[in-house]
Amino acid sequence: MNKALVIDDARTVRQYHRELLESVGYAVHEAFNGIEALEICGAETFDLLVVDVNMPKLNGYDFLQSYRERDDGHAVAIMVTTEARPDDALQAMQAGANLHLVKPVNPETLKQLAQLLRAEEAA
Amino acid sequence: MPLTRSKSPTRSPLQERRESGRGVAELIAQLQSDDAMQRRRAARDLGGCVDALPALEHALARETVTATRQTMLTALMSMDDERVATMLLPMLRSDDVALRNDVIEVLQSLPGLVAPHMSSLLEDEDSDVRIFAVNILESLRHPDVPRWLQAVIEHDEHVNVCAAAVDVLTDVGDVSALPALDRLPQRFPDHPFIHFAANMAAEGIRRGDDA
Amino acid sequence: MATMPDRIDEQQPKVDGRLSDADFRTFREFYYRKTGNWFDDNKRYFVDKRLLERIRESGAESFRAYFTSLRFEASGRELQMLTNLMTVNETYFYREDYQLRCLVADILPQVLRHRSRTGPIRIWSLPCSTGEEPYSLAIYLLEHWPDIEHVDVEIVGSDIDTVALEKARAGRYGRRSLNGLPDAVRERYFEPDGPQHHRLVDWLRDAITFTRVNIADVRDTRAYRDFDVIFCRNLLIYFDEASRRKAAEQLFDALRPGGFICLGHSEFMSRISPLFTPRRFTDAIVYQRPENTR
Repeated sequence: MNKALVIDDARTVRQYHRELLESVGYAVHEAFNGIEALEICGAETFDLLVVDVNMPKLNGYDFLQSYRERDDGHAVAIMVTTEARPDDALQAMQAGANLHLVKPVNPETLKQLAQLLRAEEAA
Repeated sequence: MPLTRSKSPTRSPLQERRESGRGVAELIAQLQSDDAMQRRRAARDLGGCVDALPALEHALARETVTATRQTMLTALMSMDDERVATMLLPMLRSDDVALRNDVIEVLQSLPGLVAPHMSSLLEDEDSDVRIFAVNILESLRHPDVPRWLQAVIEHDEHVNVCAAAVDVLTDVGDVSALPALDRLPQRFPDHPFIHFAANMAAEGIRRGDDA
Repeated sequence: MATMPDRIDEQQPKVDGRLSDADFRTFREFYYRKTGNWFDDNKRYFVDKRLLERIRESGAESFRAYFTSLRFEASGRELQMLTNLMTVNETYFYREDYQLRCLVADILPQVLRHRSRTGPIRIWSLPCSTGEEPYSLAIYLLEHWPDIEHVDVEIVGSDIDTVALEKARAGRYGRRSLNGLPDAVRERYFEPDGPQHHRLVDWLRDAITFTRVNIADVRDTRAYRDFDVIFCRNLLIYFDEASRRKAAEQLFDALRPGGFICLGHSEFMSRISPLFTPRRFTDAIVYQRPENTR
């Protein structure tokens, strides 16, 4: 089963993303900041990360940079920000994100992307 | 014998010993050092020293090393001076995510200094600043927090500001927040997430109330 | 409680023997955010019991009413009370031995590999209470770390409580403290002292240094430097956010760059400080001061 890690300090967001990803066949783990995510990534490997930017202690950009330095840090990463400023997308890519979405995430978009990523894995 | 008793368990590296006798003026000068760890130690030793506030403000604005910046902010945390709030609040507008989040954390621990600014923060024209204000409320020890949050979901026009407030209300809202929570999805009909989150919060409150 | 409205009605609080699952999860996450301490599901009974007891004593009429006041109470006193109730500071030999395994299997080999200086490996046990932890470290290394034949190790135990420190220096323990030790180990390092007690052999007692330190005080910790490993279990959870940040910084200063810190079983640095990098080894997560922070 494909595994996803949802990283967000907001409980409602984690639950929402969890349900969306589960509905398209992912096993979902949650973390509520970057450090907790790094702790979890030390024990589990993931296919997909959905990463919020603004989080206490360790933000999404800094988390992703550390994650990409790991030997197994290859998961597809979707960075989620609250605004659609051009800089946000750029910064997300620089930190190692593959995709950038704006909050609140459109549920169909996230589901379709997640499904697509799964299909590619299977192919 | 391999297990050796420490003859002197304590040891101060020479550099630190030199620094330890320094007065405020010298420590302030040390905040300008080229060595990030020296700047960090100066900030640490200036903790609680209100006279050093302007110097710390200046140093903080230019600091790029995370650990050093963090120590500067910790030093400010222990100062009960309203200038700390007026100096930190503008940093919520910084483009530096790490700085912003650390400032939010510091402000959360200063309820007395932050509360007088909260209403104007929640009315700021930048929606990101309003989101950060709600983030501060998440952990602010202040009795008005539920009231502020409720006002946000009743009036704020920005979906993500409301989303942030709903998230906090999921834990702390009481029955008085229910009407506004129930109305919220109609205010943002294009956003299924708001529907989901408002429901989650309202359910939590209703369950808590019958428990 | 300061912010709790006075209740004049005589209504019984709506709290009985068990929290709802949702309330448990809400509380667990809040407590984690505040203290860095995480309750696994198997702690559920323990948490429910103590929390409900506190809710009743506070006079709150529901979990939610209690929780809101706990969260926004200006003084933080209630959270402090609750933390005291939630923390069982039992101390005994070989407590949390998975960390001792981690020390020998992963931490010390890393320390040896990256050491630039000569001199002993330095380990700090803080708070050391009545001495079980630093002595356990010593015994475990003698029993399980062959390198101790040729590498010097210094262990320092510190606590704020001088009465506890006196007991630590005396090294005399009852049966309960020693339960976790295999008989053979107990016989090697202890001598019977009265019908119910054992005393550590003199040479081992002499090998550990005990000092009084208040981690919250920069002046106290200023001279504690250059440690390779710090054991700091179940201490930071007692601090509020500001003190915890300060304490984390002092621990950072006390470690040499690249040194490691071990927290309590259910404590996570993710709620405490970003100064350290989490490292997951086979037996435990420990936290490292980055090498490049010289």
